[in-house]
Amino acid sequence: MRLYEYESRKLVEDAGIPVTQYGFTQSAEEAARIAEDIGGPVVIKSQVLTGGRMKAGGVKFADSPTEAAEHAAAILALEINGHQPRGVLVDPKAEVKQEFYASVVWDGTAKRPMMLFSDMGGIDIEEVAETHPDHVGRGHFSNLLPLSDFQAKQTIAATGVTGRTLTRLTPIVAALARMFCERDMTLAEINPLAELADGSFVALDAHMEMEDEARPRQKSLLAKLDITEDDQRGGYEPSPFEAAVKAIDAADHRGVIQGRDTGFEGNLGLVIGAGGGSLTLTDAVRSHGGRPANYSEIGGNPSVAKACGLAKQVLGKKGVEKIAVMMSIVSNTRVDIVARGVIKACLELDKDPGETIAIFRIPGAWEEEGFKILDSYGIEYCDRSVSMHEAARRAVEKIQGAPA
Amino acid sequence: MSILIDENTTFIVQGITGREAVNLTRECLDYGSKIVGGVTPGRKGREVHGVPVFDTVAQVVEHAGGQVPDGSVVTVPPAFTRDAVFEAIEAGIGLIVIVTERIPRRDVAQMVELAELRGARIIGPNCLGLIVPGVAKMGGIGGPARNAAQAYQPGAVGVMSRSGGMTTEISSTLTAAGLGVSTAISIGGDAIIGSAYAELMPLFEADAQTEAIVIYTEPGGRMEAQLAEWVADNDSRLPIVAFMAGRFMDDEAMKGMSFGHAGTIVEGKEDTATEKIARLEAAGIPVVERIDEIPDAVKAKLAERQAA
Repeated sequence: MRLYEYESRKLVEDAGIPVTQYGFTQSAEEAARIAEDIGGPVVIKSQVLTGGRMKAGGVKFADSPTEAAEHAAAILALEINGHQPRGVLVDPKAEVKQEFYASVVWDGTAKRPMMLFSDMGGIDIEEVAETHPDHVGRGHFSNLLPLSDFQAKQTIAATGVTGRTLTRLTPIVAALARMFCERDMTLAEINPLAELADGSFVALDAHMEMEDEARPRQKSLLAKLDITEDDQRGGYEPSPFEAAVKAIDAADHRGVIQGRDTGFEGNLGLVIGAGGGSLTLTDAVRSHGGRPANYSEIGGNPSVAKACGLAKQVLGKKGVEKIAVMMSIVSNTRVDIVARGVIKACLELDKDPGETIAIFRIPGAWEEEGFKILDSYGIEYCDRSVSMHEAARRAVEKIQGAPA
Repeated sequence: MSILIDENTTFIVQGITGREAVNLTRECLDYGSKIVGGVTPGRKGREVHGVPVFDTVAQVVEHAGGQVPDGSVVTVPPAFTRDAVFEAIEAGIGLIVIVTERIPRRDVAQMVELAELRGARIIGPNCLGLIVPGVAKMGGIGGPARNAAQAYQPGAVGVMSRSGGMTTEISSTLTAAGLGVSTAISIGGDAIIGSAYAELMPLFEADAQTEAIVIYTEPGGRMEAQLAEWVADNDSRLPIVAFMAGRFMDDEAMKGMSFGHAGTIVEGKEDTATEKIARLEAAGIPVVERIDEIPDAVKAKLAERQAA
C-alpha cells in the first residue's frame, strides 16, 4: 500500500527525522494561509499516488500567498497519469547545499532488510547505481537483533562521506531503518535528504509503501494517518468488475475468487485458477492468439454461489461471447461444484451452457461427478490427459475459428 | 532415495484442529506419513484422526519420551505463525513447512533468520509442502492420498515450484511421460521464502535418485537469477528445465501489478519474465512455453548429458 507524501512525511517526522515546516491541505485558500505562516517562497506539491508529477506540472513554486493559492487551485484540479490528487503539500522553498539519498528495502535473496545510501541524491537511485556504483552504499541488517547505529554509519561511509556530514546523517538513516521494521514498510525512501544552507539536515521528500498483510497490526498507525479500512490504495482505481468480484468473494468465506480486468480488452472470458494455473492459462490463451477479457483466480473450495457469481460477472462484461473454465489439477477444489456454479451462471443469464462454455478443463477431486453434470448440458470438457495449453487452444478456436 | 523426508520422517502439525489442517492430517496419514502429534493451544487431550493433540511442542516431545520430531507443518493464522515457528525451532525441529499465506515479510524474515541461527530449514510460507512419491508427503501437496498417487509416481525428476497447484500439474505430466518424480517441493509463492531453488540444489545434487530438475517460475524476485548464478558456479551433474508462467505480465498495461502470488510483484529490471528467461537460458537452462513440452525437454537434456 502506497502512502501519500504528506503521510510519509508524518512517519518520517514521528521517527525523529527532521522535516521542514510543511502543511497539507485540500483547499487553495488554506494553501495561501500555510504559505503566509511559512513566510517566504514556497513550493506547492500535488499529493498523488504516482510518479512523474514534476514533469506533469504537479509541482510549482510560489513567491507569495496569492500565487500559492493560484498554483494550489490549478494543481488540485490536475489529474496525473489517471490519478486525482488527494490534496497539496505546501513546503518552504529550501536552500539546498547538497542532496543525499536514503532508503530501506527488502532483499528477497538475502532475506534481510537493506539500507541504501547515496551522496548523489535527488535523482533516480537505479540510475546512480548504474553510472556511479561507488556512490551507493548498501547494508543488510538483522531483523532479530536490535539495529545499532554503526550499521548505518558503515553504509554511509562506504560512499566516502566523512566528517560532520557522516555524524549528522548516521542517526537519520538508522532511524529510517528502525521505522521501516516497526511500521512494516516494504519501501521507506527519503529523496532528497538534504543538507540546507544553514547546515541542517532535513527530509525534503519521502516515499513509503506499507505491506498490505500488516494492515491489521498497524491499525493504530493507520488511524493516526486517517487511512480507513476501505481505502485500499492499489496502484489504480478498481474497475466495476473488480469491485463486484471482490464483493462476491467477501460475502462467503468458502474458497477464494479474484478477478481483474484492468489492462484486458478481449472477448474470451476466463474463469480460471489457481495462482500459478491462472498465470499459465492466461499465457496459454494468448499464445494461441486468443484475447482474454479478464484474469481470474479460483482457489480453495468455493461454493456454487461463488463460482456462479464470478462466471456471471465475467459473462456480464461487454464483448464477452464465451467463457473458458480451466484450472491446473486441483486437490481440494471440488470439480462438480465449480461445474454447477458456471452452468447456473449461464442459465441465470438465459445463455445455453453448451454454447457459452467454450471448454471445461478442471481435473482432480470429484471430476467424475463434474463430468456427468457437464455431459447433461452438452459442454465440452477434458481431463488431465489434455494439457492446459491444448485446452486453451480449443477454447480460442471456438471463439475465433480455426487458424487458416 | 529422496531429499528432506523419507519413510522414517516423523512430523507434527501445528494448528492441527483447523479445518484445512484436519484434512491435511488425514491425507498425509493415508499416504503413509508418520504424524506423531499435533499442537493447538488449549486443545490438549483431543485427537485428530488418531493423532494426539497437545498445547505445546514441548509436550509432544515429552510424550514421545524426549524424541524430537523431524519436522512440523505449520498451518495457523498469519498473526500467530511467527510464534508457532519460533516454538518449533526452539524445540529443536529441523524441517518446518509453513502453509500459511499472507504473513508480513518482517515475520517471514525473522523466522528465516532464527532458522539460520539454529540450523533449521524452512519450506514456504504460502506453500503446499513436499512429497516423495510412494513414500511420504508433508503438507497438502497432491491432495487426498488417492489423488496424490495418481499424479505422483516415483522416478528421476526433482520438481521445485513457486506454485503449489502447478507442482502437481507438472509432476502429473512427468508421471504420464514415464519419467516420474524423485521429490517434489512446493517452495512457496511469497517474496521471501525459506528455501529458494539454489538453496535446495545441493540436496538434489546429493540425491542418487534424482537425474534432472524441473522448476516452475514466475515474474518477481531474484530467485531465478540466483539459480542461474549457482549453476554457473557449481559444476552440477543435474540438467534443469524451466517453465515460466506470467509472461503476459511484461505487457505495458500490466506494469506494477502482481498476479497469482504475492511474490510476483516486479520491483526491478531483473524481475520480468523476459529478463528471467534470458538469464536462465544463458545459464544453459531451457525455458519451455508449455507444460506438455517439459518431458521431451528433460529427455533431450538427459540424452545430451549421456552423449557428453
